[in-house]
Amino acid sequence: MKESNVSKVLHKNNAFLEKKREMKEINVTQALAKNNAFLEELREKSGQDPGQCFQCMKCTGGCPFQFTMDYPPNQIMRMLQNGLIDEVLDSYTIWTCATCATCSARCPRGIDVAKVMDTLRVIAYQKGTTVKGRNMHIFHTAFMSSVKSHGRLYEIGLALGINIGTRKLIQDTDLGLPMLLKGKLSFLPHKIKDKGEIRKLYDYARKIGE
Amino acid sequence: MKVAYYPGCSLSGSARELDTSIKAISSPLGLELVEVPDWNCCGASSAHSTGHFLSFALPARNVIKAEGAGCEEFTAPCPACYVRSFLAQKQLNDDQTMKQHLEEALDQKFGPSTIKIKNVIEIFMDRVTSLHVKKALNGLKVVNYYGCALVKPPETFGFFDDPENPQSMDKIMDLLGAESIQWPYKTECCSASLCFTNQDATWKACRDILQVAEDSGAHAVVAACTLCQNNLDMRQTQVNKKYGTKFNLPVIYFTQLIGLAMGIPGHKLGLDKHFVDPKPLLKSLNLY
Repeated sequence: MKESNVSKVLHKNNAFLEKKREMKEINVTQALAKNNAFLEELREKSGQDPGQCFQCMKCTGGCPFQFTMDYPPNQIMRMLQNGLIDEVLDSYTIWTCATCATCSARCPRGIDVAKVMDTLRVIAYQKGTTVKGRNMHIFHTAFMSSVKSHGRLYEIGLALGINIGTRKLIQDTDLGLPMLLKGKLSFLPHKIKDKGEIRKLYDYARKIGE
Repeated sequence: MKVAYYPGCSLSGSARELDTSIKAISSPLGLELVEVPDWNCCGASSAHSTGHFLSFALPARNVIKAEGAGCEEFTAPCPACYVRSFLAQKQLNDDQTMKQHLEEALDQKFGPSTIKIKNVIEIFMDRVTSLHVKKALNGLKVVNYYGCALVKPPETFGFFDDPENPQSMDKIMDLLGAESIQWPYKTECCSASLCFTNQDATWKACRDILQVAEDSGAHAVVAACTLCQNNLDMRQTQVNKKYGTKFNLPVIYFTQLIGLAMGIPGHKLGLDKHFVDPKPLLKSLNLY
């Protein structure tokens, strides 16, 4: 058995408890009153009601990426119930959710948690609150602009855009040459004929702010 | 039967072997593939992370184009594309506001969409019969890996297969004579959607899946999802480097194995396009 240093563990947990005591006080009634409109929008756009969550934590138990999150999925549900909207939109969780929907499959209250995360991501993206999700913001922006220009995805252009944007210049360069040799990557973008139609869709999206 | 074929961006690139093998087995199975005219990228997974209209409109344009091509069925072999196309058709028929937005944006009117949208397993599962098997895949032990997109969430995709323990690909493998090993990671997420933005998460997910596959005694992983196959095959070297593991586990599309069992030569099934070469394994079992 692993030797456990009790005083070390206690010290660590004391620090945790100390931090907990320092946490700011939340007035749930006020928070909810302030953010009611937002919660209504979230319910409407996602078709889901986080209010249904009773904290069984099956979502968190089954989430393959919970270890990368700042708040596990069940806490996000609780925060939504309490109107802690800014904290949720600023979280890394909404960006590192891979939308695998294991949570949705297992939720005994029938909440499509992945759909809630998806909707929160869209709202955060549109509000520009993407400090912790900066890399994801760069990825999605580069992706969408590639589709806007060509109608299809230009993989090399996308990879370059991401590597420059995230300042990880050599990320995945080990895969580039073998992919080219296997004919899995093309130097030139694939383009569709009717790029005008794609342009119309993008223009319309901007017009209606969606 | 004429099937509208939506290759999406991956099948002309990183999932070339899926495209090649689908084309090789379709005609002997009685399917005529008609490429969706002037198709565009469906936007997965960025469009649905950045806005509501484009996440619907981009795939909806493809569904409408397919509808016009005179086919009864539509398939998008990449599960991400399939999910977006499936949901777009649902919205096209049920969400009048979104439909009106699309009609306004393109200045056209659209009727209800009736083309049957099927995923890549659905298209083939009822068509392959024992009569097609010329060379049974005897001795090949596999784990079937469905990934998350085809079966979750069950409210939407429950009609197709079980979200935690799907069987459709297992049945195909049984039919082909391969041995399907039951394992707990059939629908575990491989983290492909985070592969550019959170690589630590991706490597860990791939490591876990490969480890369980190897421990279960499989010779190979059988995949249906382009994102899963790419991730597990292409990134296996990165995983080995990161964790000091020695995985050398071929990740083969189920369509390639259908082709092999039908007696189609391996080079016509894209078996030379993998990062982890499946040929030595298949040769050792006299299947290549």
